[in-house]
Amino acid sequence: MLRLDGITKIFGGLTALEAVSLEVKKGSITGVIGPNGAGKTTLFNIVTGLYTQTSGEVYLAEKNISRLATESLAALGLVRTFQNVELFGQMTVLENVMVGLHTKSRSGVISCAFKLPRQIKEEKYIKEKALNWLEFTGLTAEAGNTANNLPFGKGRLLEIARTMAAEPQLILMDEPAAGLNDMETAQMAGLIYKIWESGITVVLVEHNMDLVMDICDSIIVLNLGKKLAEGTPREIQENPAVIAAYLGEG
Amino acid sequence: MLQLFLKNGLVAKTTMTKEKREIIIFLIFTLAVLITPFFLRGSYFLNVLVFIGINTMLAVALNLLLGYAGQISLGHAAFFGLGAYVSGVLTTRFGLDPWLALVIAAAVSGVLAFIIGFPILKLKGHYLAMATLGFGIIMFIIFNETVAVTGGPSGLSGIPNIQISSLIFDNDWSNYYLIWTITLLVMLLSINLSQSRIGRALRAIADSEVAARVMGVNARLLKVQIFTVSAVISAMAGSLYAHTMTFISPASFGFNFSIELVTMVIIGGLGSIYGSFLGAAILTILPEFLRILQDFDIIVYGLMLIIMTMYLPGGLISGLEQIAGFIGSKIKSRGGSHA
Ligand SMILES: Nc1ncnc2c1ncn2[C@@H]1O[C@H](COP(=O)(O)OP(=O)(O)OP(=O)(O)O)[C@@H](O)[C@H]1O
Ligand SMILES: [Mg+2]
Repeated sequence: MLRLDGITKIFGGLTALEAVSLEVKKGSITGVIGPNGAGKTTLFNIVTGLYTQTSGEVYLAEKNISRLATESLAALGLVRTFQNVELFGQMTVLENVMVGLHTKSRSGVISCAFKLPRQIKEEKYIKEKALNWLEFTGLTAEAGNTANNLPFGKGRLLEIARTMAAEPQLILMDEPAAGLNDMETAQMAGLIYKIWESGITVVLVEHNMDLVMDICDSIIVLNLGKKLAEGTPREIQENPAVIAAYLGEG
Repeated sequence: MLQLFLKNGLVAKTTMTKEKREIIIFLIFTLAVLITPFFLRGSYFLNVLVFIGINTMLAVALNLLLGYAGQISLGHAAFFGLGAYVSGVLTTRFGLDPWLALVIAAAVSGVLAFIIGFPILKLKGHYLAMATLGFGIIMFIIFNETVAVTGGPSGLSGIPNIQISSLIFDNDWSNYYLIWTITLLVMLLSINLSQSRIGRALRAIADSEVAARVMGVNARLLKVQIFTVSAVISAMAGSLYAHTMTFISPASFGFNFSIELVTMVIIGGLGSIYGSFLGAAILTILPEFLRILQDFDIIVYGLMLIIMTMYLPGGLISGLEQIAGFIGSKIKSRGGSHA
């Protein structure tokens, strides 16, 4: 589904990623773990075109997406969430999800301004679908609220509802459980599982080890910009290099 | 008008969908615009209302860019001026029909905005402000210095009125209905746009450009598109201004007016089309009262901007909505206790 080939990223003098190659299998939940500053978010930023890698290539289902603009990826089935939740804060919860359907609709400036019949139909479709995704994430009651006024945990859910609205093949989630309490974390795990069940491949960056070990079928460990290990949760838990890296940091 | 507005707001909360409420508000607004001239005596007020119409178009145009997409322009008076001058020059020097001149003026402005939009809108924040400011200054210098074409500082006179077969728009009544028909159209189309996927994408860009792009919004192209739409509307307003005034000079299209436009949008309410009307109305009427202050009126605008951003960031329109909501809940609770 997703393949990285020798990705290196250098910021000024700092090497954030060094020759990282990895593969995410279609239909898997792959965890990406590693201490703070390991380069996990940088990896997501490169895959989604927000940063340009110093060298290396990114393939999405065998298509080289290394040089594609961020905005063209959603239509190819690749979306992500953010470590520091990026909502459209002034818009309502429903509208946030409606933006998620941007690639599922095509009316332009003219047909929107003149409310041409096709646009009215499309608008109805967008709203209906968005409401479905709110239900999917349990946010129906919040539909009319301004996104900025949501409690933090629901903000994380909204971000996921918005990405689901794009009907992706692959979702990259950057620490979806960060800042959540135990109950919310359990809910989040359930939601991620539900998303995976619907056939979507998930890549998960997460510090909560219980969550990662619980739901991932494959784990990649980054440390200081390099791939340290990969394998099943059990293999990773028993890997001496991984244990050393985490103990060394702690 | 206010009473209707309040009553409508009250009903809407309980029984009406948002779309229906929007349509009714627009119809009430249209009705108010259509009948207002019958309650006015003398041409002075009618003339002020013509200016309010033109300024409303301009404020709405700038609001699409500033209030929705969150992109500042400190040079929007230039598009207004470009529309006025293209129309003025084509009709006085080449004898074109004013309608045709208006269409050409809008097209020229749109093409220019589209071309400069790509490099300029790459910039953000202060840099964008500086670039648009520079554009405004350059255009002002062109209006001033190309004396052979524009007439320079002494202006361009003898611009013909707009005409539809035998109807010539040369008096306050006919101008009022001409300008306001087009203003209402601009408002309606802008409201439609703001409530569509394009409007949502614009607001998404303003809130988080990165997230908008991840969701597939081509932020760069959309910003240029809305900049172009904004320039086209502004040029139409400029063309209409030229044909109703029949005289134009560079002084109307300078830096000061660009700032006035920004003030209208912010005071009225960012991201509100009716707010733009409010802002335009206030900034058109206020100078009449501020004449005694002469050039110091800009200080009053500055103060208004500061007070607004500090205490009412949603603009006057949000203040009105709050008052309406407050009175609405009062009436409701009283009704409830009687029942
Ligand atoms: N835009 C940037 N400019 C310069 N350095 C950067 C930039 N983004 C990240 N870095 C650096 O790259 C390294 C990796 O950062 P990254 O955010 O990818 O870590 P992370 O694994 O996501 O950590 P965390 O678990 O804390 O989120 C860090 O040293 C960071 O300071
Ligand atoms: Mg990170």
